[in-house]
This record gives sequence, C-alpha cells and structure tokens, in this order.
Amino acid sequence: MLKIRDLQKTFNPGTINAKTALAGFDLTLNNGDFVTVIGGNGAGKSTMLNAIAGVWKPDYGTIEIDGVDVTGMPEHKRAKFLGRVFQDPMKGTSPDMEIAENLSIAARRGTKRKLKWGCTRKERESYRALLAQLDLGLEDRLSTKVGLLSGGQRQAVTLLMATLRKPKILLLDEHTAALDPKTAAKVLEITDKLVRENNLTTLMITHNMHDAIAYGNRLIMMHEGRVIVDVSGEEKKKLTIEQLLGLFEAASGKQFSDDKVMLSK
Amino acid sequence: MNFLNALPGAVAEGLIWGLMAIGVYISYKILDIADLTVDGSICTGGCVCAVLITAGVPAWVSVLVALIAGALAGMLTGLLHTALGIPSILAGILTQLILYSVNLAILGGRSLISIDPRINTLILNMSNNPLAIAAAGAIIIAVIVLLWLFFYTEVGLTLKSTGDNPDMSRAQGINVKLNKVVGLAISNGIVALAGALLAQYKGSANINDGRGAIVIGLAAIFIGLSVSMKIKPNFVVSLVGVIGGGIVYYIIYNFVVLLGLKTDYLKMFSAIIVTIFLAIPYLKSYYFTKQKPLRIVAPTQSDNGDGGDANA
Repeated sequence: MLKIRDLQKTFNPGTINAKTALAGFDLTLNNGDFVTVIGGNGAGKSTMLNAIAGVWKPDYGTIEIDGVDVTGMPEHKRAKFLGRVFQDPMKGTSPDMEIAENLSIAARRGTKRKLKWGCTRKERESYRALLAQLDLGLEDRLSTKVGLLSGGQRQAVTLLMATLRKPKILLLDEHTAALDPKTAAKVLEITDKLVRENNLTTLMITHNMHDAIAYGNRLIMMHEGRVIVDVSGEEKKKLTIEQLLGLFEAASGKQFSDDKVMLSK
Repeated sequence: MNFLNALPGAVAEGLIWGLMAIGVYISYKILDIADLTVDGSICTGGCVCAVLITAGVPAWVSVLVALIAGALAGMLTGLLHTALGIPSILAGILTQLILYSVNLAILGGRSLISIDPRINTLILNMSNNPLAIAAAGAIIIAVIVLLWLFFYTEVGLTLKSTGDNPDMSRAQGINVKLNKVVGLAISNGIVALAGALLAQYKGSANINDGRGAIVIGLAAIFIGLSVSMKIKPNFVVSLVGVIGGGIVYYIIYNFVVLLGLKTDYLKMFSAIIVTIFLAIPYLKSYYFTKQKPLRIVAPTQSDNGDGGDANA
C-alpha cells in the first residue's frame, strides 16, 4: 500500500541550523496495517508523515502509494489518497463553518468540485448518523460552527472527515497529544473503531508507549531519521515498555530520551 | 433641512459603496487577505465604463466589461501572490500601481472623462436619486443572490475553507492557490462593478478615483457587521449588513460635511472611523478584561502520582 525508499530531508541545509530530519528512511506498509510510530525528540516522526502528505518535496528518495509514485505530487492532489489528523485540534477543521459543511468538504476529497449544491439535505441526514456513532452529542449540532467545539470534539470530527472517504492511508500525527487524558482515551477509542471498521492502513505517531503497544498490529521506533525497531504480530502483542526501551538502547546505543514519552510512561 | 435634502444622495452613494464593500468582504473576511488592489480596480471599473459609454456602447454592456476588467486585475494580484510567492499585501500594492498606468491608458492619457446623462443613457445618475437607489438596489440584490448561491456550492464552500483554514483545505484536496486567485477575481470584479456604477452616478471617471477605497470598504464592513453579527451571523445577513454599513457611512459622511468639516479632511475622517473599529476589540480585550476568580476543582486521586517517577 505504501512504499517509502531511502527518503532524505535536511532542513536549512548549509546553515548553522541545518537539521537532518530523515536520513534514508525506508518503510513498506501492507494493506490493512495499523502501525504505531514512536521515537525520541527530533527523531523525524512528523517529518516522515509530512513527507507522505506532501507538505514539501524530499531531498531524495521515493514515496509510492498503492502503486502510484507521489513523490513530486502537490499536497492537494495526493490528498485523495490520504486521511490526515493533526496534533493541533485547530488544524484539521474549518472553525467558521458548520460541522455538516466541514464533513461535506471532506466527503468530496479527491473529486472534481462543481457548481452543485455543496451540502445537500440528504447528506446532512447521513452525517447525523455518523456523528451519533461518536457518542459526543454532536448529531444534534450539525449547524454548529466547528470553532465552538472543544479540542476533543474537533479531533473526533477531524477523524470522521479523514475517514469519510476511505483513504488509502490514514495519517495520525500525535492526534491525542493536545487533549486531556480522558478525552485522549475517548478519541483513541474512536480512532481504533474507525480503523477496524474500515480496515484502514494507518500510521499513528504517539508519544504514549502504552498506546503504541496497545493499538495496531505493528510498531516502529524511529531514531535520527531512520527506523531502528520494527516489531509486529505476536511479538508486538507481548511487548512491554521495558522491552521496548531495551530494544531502543540495543539498536541506537543510547538511552531513550523524550520528556513527553517518559512522562506518559 | 439641508441634511434631509442630502439624504437620498447619501443613500444612493452609500448603496454603491456598500456593493464595493461586498467585494472587500470577500477578500478581507472570506479569503483573509487584506487586498489593496481594490483602490486601483474601482478606478479601472469607472474608467472602462466611462470610456465605453462615451464611445456609444450601451451602459449595461460597459458595466459588464468593467466587471471583467476588475476580475482580471484581481487575478493578477492572485497570481503575483500564489505563483510568484509575493506577500498578498505587497501583491495588491503592485497591482494597484500597475493599474494606475493602465487606467491612464484607458482614459487615453487624460485625467478625467465626463459622461453626460443628457447625451448618454445611463443606468443611474445623481440627477435622479430615487431611480439611482432603485437601480443600485436591484443590482445589489442580484449580486447578493448570486453570491449566496455560489458560496453554498461545492466550489464556494472550498473558497470559504481556503480563507478559514488553508491547512485543512489542502488536506481535503483543495487547491488553495487556485481558490485565492478565483476569490480575488470575484472580489475585484464586484469592486470594479461598483466603480462603474459610481462613475455613472457622478457623471465622470477620474484617475484619482478610488484612492483609499479599501478604507471606506472596511468602514462599511465594520459598521455593518457590528449590527448584523448581533442579529444572525450568517452569510446573507452579513452581506446585507455590509450594504447597510455603506449607507450609514455615507449618511455620517454627509452629516459631517454639513457640520462644516473641510472636504480636505474627509479621507482622514474615513481612516479614523476604520482605526476606531479596528482598535476597539483589541483595547477591549487588553484593558477592559474583568478579573474573575477561577473555579477551583479538587484534584481526584487518579490525577495524581503518574508523573512523579518520570525521571526515576
């Protein structure tokens, strides 16, 4: 489904602030893989996700989604393959537009938009049913401006938007990091449900080791712009945090360090 | 009595400026771009219309051509901004400067062209204010209805989201750059349409028309939205509010002139109105925020102790 070969990216090259974020990153995802991604400060996790989404062009390497080389494809064009949820709950929705309007925009991702009615009555009814699944009481607030919702509600709506048209790959960039623990758990539960129901190929960055182990069928750990740990299947199910830290130290020769990760241990 | 006599004229002119402000509303409020092209494109609209009418072209055709000319000017700003990466405010200034030369060329090197309502058939003119109000009103209703329909289509909704959240828009497959160009074209098309009506109303097009137009447009928007947002914050009510803002602005304007303010100071007067409206929300939040005690919630057992051993 996703093939990334030798991806490289250096920010501010040739300056004192030069930072190599991706240094030959390789990854192949199979159809239906739910991969959790974990790594220390500056390991290149978000950079990797942004490269797939096409926020900028990589310096080197190729990205293939479902057999299509998207390496040079602009962000809005490759959006048809991708569902994205950002770390910042403000980033994934249009605050000044209604919940239903936001969903209707997402429902047309990858289609040619025309001068037809942008959000039909029939559609609104179908969104009501979808929102009811979230169990957040949003089904009666279709006409509410998204800007009036809480961070957790906005992330839940963004998740719906990302999956409304089944994406080839769902990209989740620490999408629960900005939420309080209870809301984060709820959003994660919704995520898992949507991924399972739609059998979505998913990449989920998280700073929470528990979540990284509990969710998905595969776990990768990044360090200095590469994958250094890759566990899946039965091995992943039995994984503990101590083992994970041990794997990291064995592969990198360093102690794992990330304040956020360690605090949420 | 003088004031009442001036009232129909103020309403007619206010309506036209309200239409212009709807153009500014699209760039400033919907696309979130402070587009200075409008100072030039309103003049372009007037010049194109005046030249065509004096050449014998029917007034309504002239108005349509003016609208297209304005849309092209908006596209230019949009392309300077999106294709060449020039900051939007600077792109607008560049187009405005380009338009000054273009407008001079349209006027054939003259600084003023008169259109005489006794010779040419015009859509509206200041010699007949009731008719002018009716004509401007009809055009405004048509524009608002078209915009209302457009902004609820698939394309229109993406234009709204482009200004509201470009990150989300790109993630949903929307071509943000193209949308900005389209939005600026629509905005400046409407502004040029207002310019064309204004030239007919005043009976002339002048190369210096439109200087500071954006400030008047913003004044109309702020005045209008300060009322319409309290009634119902939706698209059509906002647009109607903006028209109302234009009328109120021109009534105040005429009132101030009658009070004896020298016309030399009128541009400063417009700038002061806009400054006040821009400053009020800021000053309110900065100086007049009332202190309120935070409601203290007792920490529950499960909230404690998790982070304590982080560095152990």
